[in-house]
Amino acid sequence: MKKTLLSLSNLTKQFDGKTVLDSLNLDIYDGEFITLLGPSGCGKTTLLRLMAGFEHPDAGTITLSGEDLTGTSPEHRPLNTVFQHYALFPHMSVFDNVAYGLKMEKRPKEEIRERVEEALAMVQLQDYTRRKPHQLSGGQQQRVAIARAVVKRPRLLLLDEPLSALDYKLRRTMQVELKRLQRELGITFVFVTHDQEEALSMSDRVVVLKDGLVQQLGTPREVYERPANLFTARFVGETNFFPGEVESIHDGSITVDVFGLKRTLRRPDFPVRQGQPLHVLLRPEDIRVLDPADEQGVAGKIVERNYKGSTLDSVIHLEDGTEVLASEFFDEDDPAFDYRLGEPVKVSWVDGWEWLLPEEADEPVHEDALTDA
Amino acid sequence: MTRWLPRVYLGLVYLLLYVPIGVLVVFSFNDSRSGYTWGGLSLRWYQSLFNNNAMVEAMWNSLWLALSAATVSTIIGALTALALHRYRFRGKKVLNGMLFVVMMSPEIVLAISLLALFLLVGIQLGYVSLLLAHVTFCLPFVVITVMARLSGFDESLPEAARDLGASDFTMTRTVLIPVIMPALLAGWLLGFTLSLDDVVVSTFVSGPSYEILPLRIYSMVRVGLKPEVNALGTLLLVFSLVMLMLSQWILTRSKR
Repeated sequence: MKKTLLSLSNLTKQFDGKTVLDSLNLDIYDGEFITLLGPSGCGKTTLLRLMAGFEHPDAGTITLSGEDLTGTSPEHRPLNTVFQHYALFPHMSVFDNVAYGLKMEKRPKEEIRERVEEALAMVQLQDYTRRKPHQLSGGQQQRVAIARAVVKRPRLLLLDEPLSALDYKLRRTMQVELKRLQRELGITFVFVTHDQEEALSMSDRVVVLKDGLVQQLGTPREVYERPANLFTARFVGETNFFPGEVESIHDGSITVDVFGLKRTLRRPDFPVRQGQPLHVLLRPEDIRVLDPADEQGVAGKIVERNYKGSTLDSVIHLEDGTEVLASEFFDEDDPAFDYRLGEPVKVSWVDGWEWLLPEEADEPVHEDALTDA
Repeated sequence: MTRWLPRVYLGLVYLLLYVPIGVLVVFSFNDSRSGYTWGGLSLRWYQSLFNNNAMVEAMWNSLWLALSAATVSTIIGALTALALHRYRFRGKKVLNGMLFVVMMSPEIVLAISLLALFLLVGIQLGYVSLLLAHVTFCLPFVVITVMARLSGFDESLPEAARDLGASDFTMTRTVLIPVIMPALLAGWLLGFTLSLDDVVVSTFVSGPSYEILPLRIYSMVRVGLKPEVNALGTLLLVFSLVMLMLSQWILTRSKR
């Protein structure tokens, strides 16, 4: 079992009567890379600001290795922040920016110089010490911000969407670099982002947040392959939702009617009863597009095809109007593999690759269930 | 035709602006006693200016008043701007609007009301009353200059400083003040120039114990234009040009 470093319990925060965090509990382990993922307004930035001490919770406690930090002001917390727009001091050189935190600790000059140079070398900026922030590119400013935050050797590093202002390629490079830094330093990283791809590729664990509530907490694989609810399924990656109905229940499996197909699927964790409507979730890469003559599958036709380099993404309209997204890898045997628009196909998937979710109050499986109610 | 017309027009505009100043500068070096005829180059009016003790004293008085008024209003104004920027409180909008009222209201109204106030409270007319009056009309300009700078201020800078271990006071000293320094300087300079050439308010609130330059000049020219005034005007012109260049230099340097 991993050791808990930062423990948040029952954190509640309101702004002008609007609840941003609703009695949230979260344990952050020592040395992990944990990501807070959610749409804007989900409370992820507020949560980070509470950890940093820029905001104070209305209720609840924050403890760091058993020590209560809830009322501690930011300058006395052994954790540092990398800000979204870097927040470098414009009137100071790169060296002075990085040295700021150590000067506040009243470290000897020699030690400051050594540690600042070491931190700048770590982000490959050792030759830029005399520059002012505005003489640096966005990526370089980002690196200075990281060096400035890690030079104090914090227990925990908070990163507030630090890559959102960078272009796509630089972003990918910085993602890899951040991962490397985290491994080398062994510091716990709490990373905030609204980019699910970033969250999945960098984190040890992902916290999916919505309306100030934790929707799911798990490894990237768990969050992607076994979403806890419809929100997570929709927010993390693309998903096809097929309406299903429980036909019969067996020991370890259930038979579900999906578009008239009777498929025997693994029995889910939630309770099921006969005739119950449920969502059958399939990621685009789980979809198999078959020949229209195939016995299996649901008939439909191709309405869109997108060549993506490594995959061919297509949109298929089923006969009842449901849209299906499919993403297929190019096959070595058939490099010219493609579809033409309007081409009739059948859609299926490999048994066991689906994920089942129960009907949610505001999201019934069938549209007509709403009018029935 | 269409090409040189705008240039001629522009030339006329600038001629109109600069001819009076040019005449003043040229005639300050005029040896003739009459203000309208040229009598050769001379520095005699500068000499007589510096031999005029009352004039030199008024000059120092004005400088000292402008320095102190600009400094006091910059300190009060910067703190006011910070409070208006940082905190939310009842009556903030009213307070903000009242600054503009002071700025927009006719000077004569401000002058009369200040005089009435000083007489009511029993403040001797002199340096103190002048200082209070000058701080009053400089303040809104400083507040507005500093607020403009603060509105473009990255709110995460103070947070970053706190995060790195600075107390609120240290953060203000090492981050906030250096970042808004150009605005503080600009506000100070604005206050300095406003105070230096104010006539209307000063006429009402100054006393015999403390004579300042604009009033001295004013009383001098009432009995006829003396060439000394030209010399004084030239000196003031050079002084303001130096101040202007200094402020520009500081501003561009801080941007780099």
